[in-house]
Amino acid sequence: METPLSDDQRMIRDSVAGYLRDRYDDAERRRIIDSEAGWSAPHWQAFAGELGLLGAGFAEAAGGLGGGAAEHALILEEFGSALVVEPYLSTAVIAGGFLKASTAAAAPQLIADAIAGTAIFAYAAGEPNARSNPAHVETRAECRGANYVIDGQKAVVLGAVGATHLIVVARTSGGDRDPEGISLFVVDANSPGITRRDYRTISGGPASDITFTGVTVPASALLVPEGTALPLIERVVDEATALLCAEANGVMRRLHGDTLAYTSQREQFGKPLASFQVLQHRMVDMLVAMEHSQSITARAIELLDADPAERARAVSAAKVYVGKSLRYIGQQAIQLHGGMGMTDELAVGFFFKRAIEIERQFGSVEYHLTRYTRLANAPAAIAA
Amino acid sequence: MTSIDYNAFRDEVRDFLATSYPASKRELNQRQAGMFAEPELGQWWQRTLHARGWGAPSWPVEYGGTGWDAVQKHIFMSECTAANTPSFAVQGLAMVAPVVMKFGTQAQKDFFLPGILSGELYFCQGFSEPGSGSDLASLRTSAVREGDDYLVNGSKIWTTHAHFANWIFLLVRTSTEGKPQQGITFLLAPMSTPGISVRPIISISGEHELNQTFYDNARIPIANRIGDENKGWDVAKYLLEFERGGAYAPSAQGMLEAAKKIAAQQPGDDCATLWDDPQFQRKTAELEIDMLAQAATEHRVMTALAGGNNPGDIVASMLKLSGTALQQAASELCVEALGDYALADQRQSLHLSSNIPPIGPDYAARPVAKFLNLRACTIYGGSSEVQHNIVARAAMGLK
Ligand SMILES: Cc1cc2nc3c(=O)[nH]c(=O)nc-3n(C[C@H](O)[C@H](O)[C@H](O)COP(=O)(O)OP(=O)(O)OC[C@H]3O[C@@H](n4cnc5c(N)ncnc54)[C@H](O)[C@@H]3O)c2cc1C
Repeated sequence: METPLSDDQRMIRDSVAGYLRDRYDDAERRRIIDSEAGWSAPHWQAFAGELGLLGAGFAEAAGGLGGGAAEHALILEEFGSALVVEPYLSTAVIAGGFLKASTAAAAPQLIADAIAGTAIFAYAAGEPNARSNPAHVETRAECRGANYVIDGQKAVVLGAVGATHLIVVARTSGGDRDPEGISLFVVDANSPGITRRDYRTISGGPASDITFTGVTVPASALLVPEGTALPLIERVVDEATALLCAEANGVMRRLHGDTLAYTSQREQFGKPLASFQVLQHRMVDMLVAMEHSQSITARAIELLDADPAERARAVSAAKVYVGKSLRYIGQQAIQLHGGMGMTDELAVGFFFKRAIEIERQFGSVEYHLTRYTRLANAPAAIAA
Repeated sequence: MTSIDYNAFRDEVRDFLATSYPASKRELNQRQAGMFAEPELGQWWQRTLHARGWGAPSWPVEYGGTGWDAVQKHIFMSECTAANTPSFAVQGLAMVAPVVMKFGTQAQKDFFLPGILSGELYFCQGFSEPGSGSDLASLRTSAVREGDDYLVNGSKIWTTHAHFANWIFLLVRTSTEGKPQQGITFLLAPMSTPGISVRPIISISGEHELNQTFYDNARIPIANRIGDENKGWDVAKYLLEFERGGAYAPSAQGMLEAAKKIAAQQPGDDCATLWDDPQFQRKTAELEIDMLAQAATEHRVMTALAGGNNPGDIVASMLKLSGTALQQAASELCVEALGDYALADQRQSLHLSSNIPPIGPDYAARPVAKFLNLRACTIYGGSSEVQHNIVARAAMGLK
């Protein structure tokens, strides 16, 4: 099913899709993840320059294209269908979201650099002792004169390897799960006191565990006033979650498409696998899950500007539905490929593994189901 | 009839595991996430069991079995699962051995069974071919008689542990007359046979367990044939009952326990640990109940069979269908419990020879690779779709 797009939107989608088809196919992606860095600076430069994508979500006055979540979604869905590993989500959506809301003096310049492709961001939020609750922050930032000193650990930070800056969530006051007292800092990725253990995610992209030991930053590194960051974090992470669902839709499109192609060509018992009714029904169920995922994602994106409770409910609903669909479509894609699905030789395995990752990023099905339940059944929601 | 003191038996098994499966080996096994342990560990464990006289609990006593009844076997398996013993390759003990017992000559029994029991003979399975997976009977690897040998040509795929094995059992085509099933022959060959070569296939977990094997005028003695020429399909069908039958519940239950342990060490969102989350506990309970049903059916089947008998293909298919689904669900729960560390590729620490620490907590090393590898259990040994077809036809008369 096609979704109506404006001319500008169609142009963005077609140029991204064309670029990926011509320059970022499965073989190229494999070359990138097999390289030492695990991501590609030349492609990033092309996203910035040739395609001009990195300004998609910024105002024209700031040098951007004046788009928003809808444009990010088009780009990320295409990125999902090619398993692009470069840190678009953390740079353009997450850092972009924080910088647009930021009161910091450095924000306009960082936005300009992000659009130019020279500033690349990783989001250092998750911690080894926290699960998905965004208020659970044990990393501390202590105010010392004109500086803050950051100590703590961040886990499974995606894209830190190539990042020039880290967006760090740290606690300036309060207990470990206190909603108050959370602050956001933009930190030079090469600051003294930062140590990384770099590794790969199961689908091959770069990730790191990061330790901050006495990392000193000036007070101007604060993106919003000290201790007040949680509502902004919740909004930006909701937006990122909805856009991750858009990426997931691209992943599912390939899982379904590759399965259909494989079962149409592979023969057993003298006929194509796709002629077996049980497999036909399975692929129909995959398609239905995919279409609903598209729709519930679009719905969440439309509600990103609604009041926080409604926005959060819509985003959690999308993440639950998309997470379940990723699981179903991914597992069935492997099953229907038989032995070939179990190898690293076809692309389908990498799409399956990316599906597993997305299912967990920014909270699993269980997390968002609980969050949705709490929001949907809150006394105010019932009274309204 | 003398009654067996099961409590005493359980203590005996526990004592054995406590003394014969030392912490150093247990730690090594934490680095194993494949279908089977690497042979260095797996064969060590088989030798250890053999030395104790427990090398083949499912074999008849005359060939070296333990003579245990169903309850004892269950106790033994549960205790091994609880102790997380290495999962050694089953192709010898549980697949080719029953076939040799039923169809082999005396000379074949005398040569192969003791070697399999001691772990000296390490078998791999050469059934599937690139063009013949679910439709196994369409296989094309050919064997043509020349003197006292068959000359074998063709290729097999998904040959698990072929790079470790010293023997392989093969299905080959000896005739193209009649129905495809009627021209198949079952052969055993040393992997050192000239003309046999092995190409690695890397799994989605990043591990090397699978291979493609090639046969280029490989000379296999006719004396290594099991059963008659062109009667290999009956042999293969008998073998597949053993591949499919067996117990799924203990390993599924083992993984469920592992998920609980992970949850007890992982933070919760609104509670101290994930295990404190009532939703997680409820989910675990639901899965546990499904496993109780599976275990009860497995127990029912085991008690109904005398030692060494085959379970019959309908029952084997039903047990495999539900049992593999439970194994997958349990491994999925382990991954869920891990939280964000489920994203980390741990392949570098998943070798016996690796000393690279896992990314994140120690218990994060295995679950994801295990989960990925277990996607195969509804594909190999006859896929779930094929099992459904078998049960529909054989048990319900549907065509
Ligand atoms: C990890 C792993 C280890 C293995 N180890 C060994 C080994 O050691 N030795 C060995 O010989 N083989 C081994 N196998 C091979 C295994 O037996 C085959 O993968 C299996 O028989 C399926 O065949 P295939 O992979 O060719 O899939 P296909 O037969 O191509 O099947 C692809 C999909 O189509 C479905 N399908 C096929 N036919 C039908 C039908 N009639 N109706 C409905 N659906 C259908 C299947 O269920 C599956 O979902 C292994 C496989 C794996 C994945």
